Amino acid sequence: MTAFPNFEWVQIAYALLTLFIVINYGMVMTAVVRKIGARVGGRYGIPVWQNYVDLLKNIALRSKISHGVMYYLGPVFRLTGGVGLLMFVPTIYGSEWHQNFSYAGDLILALYFVFFGTLGMALGAGESGHPHSAIGVSRGLAQVTMAELPLALGVFALSLQYQTLDITEIVAAQQGSIFNWTVFTNPLATVAAMVAFVGTMMRSPFDVAMAPQEIPIGPPTEYHSSYLALMQTNRVLFPVAKTVIYMNLFFGGATSWAEFAIKVFCLYMISVVIGVVHPRFRVEQSIRFFLKWGLPIGVLSILVV
Amino acid sequence: MKDVDDKFLKNPDTEVPLREELRPRKVTTPDGQEIDIDPLRDYFCEAKPKVHPKAYSKIVEDFYNWARANSLWILGFGTGCGAIEMRPLMTPRFDAYRYGIQWRPTPRQANLLVISGYLSVKTLKRAIRAYEQMPQPKYVMGLGSCTINGGMYWDSYNTIKRLDDYLPVDMYVAGCMPRPEALLHGFMELKRVIKEGKGEGANLYAENFDQYKANQKAVIRDWDMPDYNW
Repeated sequence: MTAFPNFEWVQIAYALLTLFIVINYGMVMTAVVRKIGARVGGRYGIPVWQNYVDLLKNIALRSKISHGVMYYLGPVFRLTGGVGLLMFVPTIYGSEWHQNFSYAGDLILALYFVFFGTLGMALGAGESGHPHSAIGVSRGLAQVTMAELPLALGVFALSLQYQTLDITEIVAAQQGSIFNWTVFTNPLATVAAMVAFVGTMMRSPFDVAMAPQEIPIGPPTEYHSSYLALMQTNRVLFPVAKTVIYMNLFFGGATSWAEFAIKVFCLYMISVVIGVVHPRFRVEQSIRFFLKWGLPIGVLSILVV
Repeated sequence: MKDVDDKFLKNPDTEVPLREELRPRKVTTPDGQEIDIDPLRDYFCEAKPKVHPKAYSKIVEDFYNWARANSLWILGFGTGCGAIEMRPLMTPRFDAYRYGIQWRPTPRQANLLVISGYLSVKTLKRAIRAYEQMPQPKYVMGLGSCTINGGMYWDSYNTIKRLDDYLPVDMYVAGCMPRPEALLHGFMELKRVIKEGKGEGANLYAENFDQYKANQKAVIRDWDMPDYNW
């Protein structure tokens, strides 16, 4: 018996393909969401390929400076968080190709990767030496930490319910009918986790860490050119990867790319719709919100299970 | 390059002393150590700007220039009356976003500095710092007649007349004030210039660095920053 019984080399190629598809999907989807926002506001909006042009422009910039090793590693860690999150979660259920490197305990690893990028960013932005970065990062960390509480509780409730830490098995248990989805079998856990979902999507009302109108513009203040390009890639990848987890855990997973695209888009739009109708929370307000609403629902969901 | 602002009061006899918090001094740390600090040297990089060559292959450079032209990020920095003419560009009526034009809050992520009107000497100092912090290639747009020849501030005691003497301007938009339509047209023209590979203002600035600095220091009397704020 080898150390990795289910591993084959071709899986790496498959996983890279998944990554490629998801990045492109994220690029276009975030642009489309911005365009929808513009149309609602009566504007024409950006072209759907704008994200690609911005990315290319940033890579093409000629001068760049580094503030040190951690400054350089910050965006790398951030992107690692996004890529890692996607790599260890089955993207398409039942597909040989897009199963990625999911294994028996991947739920715990996914919880860790959700946090990983923010921590890396904290180190990197801290070294850039800009006061706005340090303030932005401390705000962001406080907020993400609090948002993580209801998520963790909801996920624990789920693993108790299904008696497993394997995301693939959780998805398998939800197949068959729409009423097998966790959102119907365990609505409390879903609500608790959705509170965290909205809270970590970096959209209003929880975007105090990154918003240009606040201390401009928080952690990435000093980041430019290729560093910024890395972070842009993560900005399109990470929300999709996170949404994939939610889709797998609570909304029955996806069995094809079409189902994936529709479900991820709908889930993403939840945070967008909430974002456009709610004004921005200050940090202590959002922390209070998570503690007052997210945490009790999470505890309740565990008790109910 | 000749300085045309010859009427401006230059090289004054009185020297402006450095502000107290910027002077080099000894500081005792909380654990009793004595350290020397020199705020002007400790916090800033003093290296001079470099001339950055174009990409090796012309096709690649053209491709990059196309991307640069279609992704103009403007530094949200307004001076004079023109700042109010830029805001309508974000609204449904003019909507500059459809041309790939966005506003960024930090100079590190911006490519285009729009000097939107008259520049007092005090603001010029901030504009220079913002400009120098932007990554290459970067572009400057002068808005209104104040940036071209001083406009109605021709004989003012504390505004500069020709912006091009202090920063390399890529595009002027004439008028007092130019309307947002004129501004949009200016952006389109700037895109054309960039696509033709002529948007090399940052390299021009690096090549003629000493001349630009001499011009800047001639009007900014309390020069309390390093020569290059990168």
